[in-house]
Amino acid sequence: MLVRDDIIEYSLHSHHTEEQGKLIRKKIWKVTAILSVITAIEVLIGAYMPKRHQTEMTWALIKYGYIILTAVKAGYIVLVFMHLGDERKTLKYMILVPYIMFILYLIFILVFEASYINNAWETLR
Amino acid sequence: MSGTSSHQIDAATAWGGKTSPFSVSYGKLMMWFFLVSDGLTFGGLLSALGFAKFANPEASGTWPMGEEVFTHFPFTHANLPLLYVAFMTFILIVSSVTMVLAVEAGHRMDKRGVIKWLSLTVVGGLIFLGSQVWEWSTFIAGPDGNLSTWHDNTTLAHNCYGGEYEVVGHGHESHTVITSYGPTLYSNFFFFITGFHGFHVFTGVLFNLLVLRNVVRGVYHRRGHYEMVEKVGLYWHFVDLVWVFVFTFFYLV
Repeated sequence: MLVRDDIIEYSLHSHHTEEQGKLIRKKIWKVTAILSVITAIEVLIGAYMPKRHQTEMTWALIKYGYIILTAVKAGYIVLVFMHLGDERKTLKYMILVPYIMFILYLIFILVFEASYINNAWETLR
Repeated sequence: MSGTSSHQIDAATAWGGKTSPFSVSYGKLMMWFFLVSDGLTFGGLLSALGFAKFANPEASGTWPMGEEVFTHFPFTHANLPLLYVAFMTFILIVSSVTMVLAVEAGHRMDKRGVIKWLSLTVVGGLIFLGSQVWEWSTFIAGPDGNLSTWHDNTTLAHNCYGGEYEVVGHGHESHTVITSYGPTLYSNFFFFITGFHGFHVFTGVLFNLLVLRNVVRGVYHRRGHYEMVEKVGLYWHFVDLVWVFVFTFFYLV
């Protein structure tokens, strides 16, 4: 195979030894357990504490609890499974910061607009 | 996950135009850029779902509550909220784990390990797709498979949730008549977003199969690294990541 010597072959640096592999596999199984437990908690709450039996207050708590648990799961998937946590800091923040900023802005603007439109419909009824 | 992926090079080399400043190969960087843009697509779709829900005064009354969206399970008529969707979620998490194990085996140049874990990932993806087919067909044709939305030339969107139907006649003569449909706006979002995600799973399985073929033929072993497995792995984990959000915003909240 032709190897160009003016380009650093990063792909070749990503090898690791048997011992490092053991540690990495241990971490993978730990994260697997965390993701499974979080999913199980979400499903049990959904099955045994359905929305129609909750007061508005407890439902709000459950709802934000779901969203926080989802964010935790997403963090583990991106940082460990997609190993963004092990990449260079510049790459990590170049991917995460613009995305999170833009999505938070989008959610903020859509939820606020939606509540105004909701009010407008209510006045027409 | 790779021990030495952030190989140290001095600043003059890194920013002098000779190498990538992020210490990653071109292909991996472009895969990340693609995933960011694809993530914005899904983020936009799910935000639009929230917009439609909060902007519509009738949504809170007629839209299904998360845990009541899908309560069926194969081979039983029991009311089992969330169980089937939890099974699908678990399958996708497990196939994500086998994928990351395939990447790890690739970093040790362990060809047999890559083949084993990548094959299991493909199997997990196919189980997920099959489960989604069963879920959709239950939505469209009813839990007994005797509804048809095609008779009266209506669309998929009409029959997702909340529709009412009654059985007319007895025995072989009986047929089912749909008397009302569920909220159309909700169904449109449901089928579009879960369908778009399912399409991603489908292409992910195809990519995994193509890469698996190359692994078996020893292409990456001759190349000296298994980075291609890592790149399709990124895409596969992204599919799992999207499902985590779809699961929360359709089946929980």
